[in-house]
Amino acid sequence: MTPAETSAFEAKIRAYVGREMGPPKRGNDDVNLAMIRHWAEVTGDENPLYTDAEFAAASSRKGIIAPPTMLGIWAMEGYPMAQGHTGKVDVQRELHNIFEAHGFTGVLGTNTITEFHRELRPGDQVISHTVIDNISAPKKTARGHGYFIETVTRFTDQHGQDVGRQVFRTLRFMPSAESVAANQAQSGGDAKLKAPTRIQSPRGHDNAWWWEAIDQGKLLIQRCKRCGTLRHPPRPMCGECQSLEWDSIESSLEGEVYSYTEVSYPKFPGYPDPLLCGLIQLKEGTRLVANIVGCVPEAVHVGMKVRGKVERVDDATVLPNFYPA
Amino acid sequence: MNRTTRTFGSVTLGEKLPPLKIDVTAGLIVGGALASRDFTPVHHDKAAAQATGLPDIFMNILTSNGLMGRYVTDWTGPEAALKSIEVKLGAPNVPGMVMTITGEVTAKDDAAGTVIVSVSGDNNVWGTHMAGKVCVALPKES
Ligand SMILES: [Zn+2]
Repeated sequence: MTPAETSAFEAKIRAYVGREMGPPKRGNDDVNLAMIRHWAEVTGDENPLYTDAEFAAASSRKGIIAPPTMLGIWAMEGYPMAQGHTGKVDVQRELHNIFEAHGFTGVLGTNTITEFHRELRPGDQVISHTVIDNISAPKKTARGHGYFIETVTRFTDQHGQDVGRQVFRTLRFMPSAESVAANQAQSGGDAKLKAPTRIQSPRGHDNAWWWEAIDQGKLLIQRCKRCGTLRHPPRPMCGECQSLEWDSIESSLEGEVYSYTEVSYPKFPGYPDPLLCGLIQLKEGTRLVANIVGCVPEAVHVGMKVRGKVERVDDATVLPNFYPA
Repeated sequence: MNRTTRTFGSVTLGEKLPPLKIDVTAGLIVGGALASRDFTPVHHDKAAAQATGLPDIFMNILTSNGLMGRYVTDWTGPEAALKSIEVKLGAPNVPGMVMTITGEVTAKDDAAGTVIVSVSGDNNVWGTHMAGKVCVALPKES
């Protein structure tokens, strides 16, 4: 979209903020045992208050209740609206149609905040009152460029009493062309999900040799050929005598923790959890950054003796890991 | 499910809930979408999901929400009452993954008799699928 098209589009969608989805709407089905059982079955929820009439009657509830997480489900429009088979289009569908027409074909529910003000029982009516509360600024997300739409729904019952509230945030996004192509290429087949590997080491002119030795199971330390000073990470010139001549020695892999940190949030796909990153002081005198493994985070301390092992950590990666000695 | 219910007094701050592993299958994704009356094609039609850049159909947020609620009430027992659930989704759950749900008691409100359980659901391929907080009221005594 050109900047002018984008502002016209944004004006169109922003006109929906603050609008009610329509008049309050009674759910297509009142609270009922069949839908409760279907939900309990699929979520694996064996709470007897939902499906065991005898237990429920003898409980503090004096009868079956619906799983609270079904609150928004009672108000769902269902198949015809989702497939566009219905002649009528509600305000929310209308807004989504505008996004689709402008290339924002992707849709994902991203957040819900649900409050339960009273438990529902078979026979209760659920009436929803929904307002389009907010549309975010344009965002770049992992799925593609898009906007978050937030609706707020108040739920009432057949007596007009409040039973709960739900904030629902949906991402409308333009699927990135690369990810669509990548996934359609393996369409038809049921290609196994690839487990992610760690971020690969950047291998340049001055350090590729060091990583290639790691791939062979060796931890090398660069040594100045003129003055013998050891250095790490690899670089072309000796800091002591400025010589460009060097060779290397193999480390004994013995050392101690000079410093460390724990990466606790977020969890990275492909990386262990907990993830301990240490600065290891090798017996030879140089230091390197490596993971500390084989012990709980609480056991790690500065000065802890460690022993390294160069090992394969995933399909694409070999790394030196350090274990408590 | 254990049919006895934890009392408010028996729960300690920092207490960890036993982890629960969920096999994410096409059956669970489609079954969850239909049981929540969510007929959006990306939750049952692989081609539609791939057109949005994902490898396969993916779990809808209502199913994630339902699993989070179930996880906490499995632990509390039936006489507890869910008060609120906040769910934030990260990486999608697609068939073939295994999601491990973990939780920890991160707050206790003596006046209200409620506890907050912080819950995380991590799949074995892409990492965190869902994170959130569940507020649940517990009986004073059994
Ligand atoms: Zn030198």
